[in-house]
Amino acid sequence: MGSRASSLLREEDIEEIKKETGFSHSQITRLYSRFHSLDKGENGALSREDFQRIPELAINPLGDRIINAFFPEGEDQVNFRGFMRTLAHFRPVEDNEKNKHLDASEPLNSRSNKLLFAFRLYDLDRDDKISRDELLQVLRMMVGVNISDEQLGSIADRTIQEADTNGDMCISFSEFIKVLEKVDVEQKMSIRFLH
Amino acid sequence: MPRRHLARSAGCCKSFVGRRLVTVTLVVFLVGTVLPLGAASSPEITTRDVNGDHNQETPENKHNEHDSHNTSQKAFPVLSVDFDRIGQPFEISLWVLLASLMKLGFHMTPRVSSIVPESCLLIVVGLLVGGLIQLVGQKPPPLGPDLFFLCLLPPIILDAGYFLPIRPFTENVGTILIFAVVGTLWNIFFVGGLLYGICQLEGMHLGQVDLITCLLFGSIISAVDPVAVLAVFEEIHINELLHILVFGESLLNDAVTVVLYHLFEEYAGVGHVTPLDVVLGIVCFLVVSLGGILVGAIYGILAAFTSRFTSHTRVIEPLFVFLYSYMAYLSAEVFHLSGIMALIACGVVMRPYVEANISHKSHTTIKYFLKMWSSVSETLIFIFLGVSTVAGNHSWNWTFVTSTVILCLVSRVLGVVGLTFIINKFRIVKLTTKDQFIIAYGGLRGAIAFSLCYLLDPVHFPKRDMFLTAVITEIFFTVFVQGMTIRPLVDLLAVKKKQETKRSINEEIHTQFLDHLLTGIEDICGHYGHHHWKDKMNRFNKKYVKKCLIAGERSKEPQLIAFYHKMEMKHAIELVESGGGGGGHANVKMPSAMPSTVSMQNIQPKKQPERVLPQLPKGREEEIRKILRSNLQKTRQRLQSYNRHTLVVDPYEDGWNEILIKRKKINQMSNYLTVPAPPPDSPTMSRARLSSDPQAWSVKHDSDGVPSIQVDLASPQSPPDSVCIVDDLAKSSALSAGTREEDGGLMMKPPSSLAVTAPKKDEKGGEQQEEGKEQQRLIRCLSDPGPSADEEEDEPFLP
Repeated sequence: MGSRASSLLREEDIEEIKKETGFSHSQITRLYSRFHSLDKGENGALSREDFQRIPELAINPLGDRIINAFFPEGEDQVNFRGFMRTLAHFRPVEDNEKNKHLDASEPLNSRSNKLLFAFRLYDLDRDDKISRDELLQVLRMMVGVNISDEQLGSIADRTIQEADTNGDMCISFSEFIKVLEKVDVEQKMSIRFLH
Repeated sequence: MPRRHLARSAGCCKSFVGRRLVTVTLVVFLVGTVLPLGAASSPEITTRDVNGDHNQETPENKHNEHDSHNTSQKAFPVLSVDFDRIGQPFEISLWVLLASLMKLGFHMTPRVSSIVPESCLLIVVGLLVGGLIQLVGQKPPPLGPDLFFLCLLPPIILDAGYFLPIRPFTENVGTILIFAVVGTLWNIFFVGGLLYGICQLEGMHLGQVDLITCLLFGSIISAVDPVAVLAVFEEIHINELLHILVFGESLLNDAVTVVLYHLFEEYAGVGHVTPLDVVLGIVCFLVVSLGGILVGAIYGILAAFTSRFTSHTRVIEPLFVFLYSYMAYLSAEVFHLSGIMALIACGVVMRPYVEANISHKSHTTIKYFLKMWSSVSETLIFIFLGVSTVAGNHSWNWTFVTSTVILCLVSRVLGVVGLTFIINKFRIVKLTTKDQFIIAYGGLRGAIAFSLCYLLDPVHFPKRDMFLTAVITEIFFTVFVQGMTIRPLVDLLAVKKKQETKRSINEEIHTQFLDHLLTGIEDICGHYGHHHWKDKMNRFNKKYVKKCLIAGERSKEPQLIAFYHKMEMKHAIELVESGGGGGGHANVKMPSAMPSTVSMQNIQPKKQPERVLPQLPKGREEEIRKILRSNLQKTRQRLQSYNRHTLVVDPYEDGWNEILIKRKKINQMSNYLTVPAPPPDSPTMSRARLSSDPQAWSVKHDSDGVPSIQVDLASPQSPPDSVCIVDDLAKSSALSAGTREEDGGLMMKPPSSLAVTAPKKDEKGGEQQEEGKEQQRLIRCLSDPGPSADEEEDEPFLP
């Protein structure tokens, strides 16, 4: 399976992906074979059903949202480039990259890009604000069905009250960053992709 | 003129500080001298008493004997000293008292304790006391291994284990294990081997110290000591990562130390170790560490299970925690397993379940007892170290001692640097050079090394005294030199310090969110990493374990909700302690009534309507509070003298006039709100039935839907399910304030039968019910517990 998968991936593609995401050659090949194993339809792109076939994702409270994050606006298929682009957010931040900028733009796995990815998972309507309803939805997904609405509501209110600095009853991206400044995001949002 | 002022004030300052120092030293000398005097006087007294007793025949009460056999030897002793009987407890208490006074003293002299860490000062005090005792001619008590390992060490370890921050520990467990196991092994062989080489050098006269003995010495001296690390690191407030790395290492290297110590001790006589022994040693290591953890986990689960049933005997809850943990330690020690790891495992396993089951007060009790014991233990350990230094037989050998100190330092640095190089390949957040330096510099040795050396048999190890001297020198070096200089070094290197702020609800929510996110991404990648296993364990925990070990409803409570409750409770306590803040003012964002209870309780969740907190003018609020307070106080005084069948008449009399005036004013104001009626059978109301209170309350609905609380004087008493609700000024004043302002709502109203002194029960009840609708009812703040409420502990803070 491994050799067949890598033969479908051309060297130029690998180089481009390497430049864009910062993954190493072996990591890209390994992830390509994973991509290929998920791709039951063998058409070089993943659909939502392919993701939903992963058993652990089904029980993950945020499963649907994570799946949606892979698909760009309005599309139903994601190719390998898109797959890698999303996964690049979770690459560990390397020390020597902290000062270097790839292509004069911030690398995908920088702290603020990681936070932006997480923020977008809350903010479904893309208005750059987490409203009370969006927060309630996420809380409901994480907490389960036993807790009453009003209790969740008070938690949501308290959360917004803590984070909101400009009084608009929503959490903007900058407020989100500020709240998480004590959390070690570089470590929390990184996966150790084996070399 | 100004110069004279300055001089005078400087002189005063100096004398003030000097006076304090003098007081402290006086205390030291005082206590120090009483001890030897007590010890010295006891033999004399004993002989005297024994002489007296020899003349008696019956071994019973001495006083009786003196009475009945009234020989003409001596007069009836009015005052006799019998130190022999209470000698040992007296001495022990005196030592503990000395330790505690020392701790007090150090905090009164902040100038000294900011330069010198407490541990150093305590060792110095120990040296002084030891010297004193020796001057008097007594032999100072050394730090016996039994005393140390069985009494002084467990509280410290339990305190550390119970409050171990789990998240950073599990995130770094790989690093910690590598430092603990591989690092310690490296230290042992490096130090032991090189010492052997040095001993073999010509002219050192140490030729008879063979390799195994050197390695044994290496195993004694190489382990980083948790007590010393805790003592020093606690004062420098270093960031969480470094703290947990060094501290975790000091805890987990116990297994390595135990195995190698026993291994080398066994074979020191033989002189060589076969490869089979090495293999057995490795197996032994696995058995010791995993066995210790298993023993601890079993006791932890037992403790958690027991705590599930303690809802009716809250008073002894903390005892279970302590007993099970101590039993875990002792059981592990029976089999020569690692007692420290057992204790840590027990604390870690039982904590989440026990905390969900026990009451808030038990939780506080556990926390304070553990802190108290560990603090006293630590102090005693250091003092005894000082005393033992004076007491022990020493054999100073310049080469051996200095080479020990130097080698330990060198091996530590090399070990840390080398291991970090390997570890950084696998870590997401790398360890910087600064981190490495602190880890290396923080490798302090302490009392465990001393006790292990003391345990050596002088017959088998003729060089024991030399070892002892070397160990003590190494301990002194690390504690004094490294301990004192680490704080300025931390400041100099600008190492990240601990962040003092508490975790906010935002952080909690987002951290959990990120956990789920990362687990999902890991699953997509097909990568079974850290998050995947953590998620699996959490799921298993939620599905099976929590149901067994946590009582009642709490077992289903999600972590987020539990966290939120804890936070709200803290917030509410703070509010009350600050005097209710702005009272019921709407600016205080009190949480709306929580349907399920605050942490540590297992009462069924109830639905309660949202209470809108009204806005009140400040003056009105004050008047209301004053009236409430005066009425309530009177009620309390009243209740203490009357029995349950007596009418409570007077409390409302004085307030009645004011209430009348108020009512007139209120009638002119419009409705502020209608407080929705709590359902008649709500637990809140049933809770209000106080057995000691002749007035039992029941809720009656008025015909127009506005609730009223009826006063049933001397109604049939029912034993309360639960008695008192802690006074929440803000809420109660808000509630009553709201009701006051409302026309036709819940109002303060005394029973009309004020004048009657000898009521008959049924008549009263009947009268009340007739007048129910027109009159306004008295609301009783649910804050007065009554005189004999004993079950206060159980109640949730917010109803």
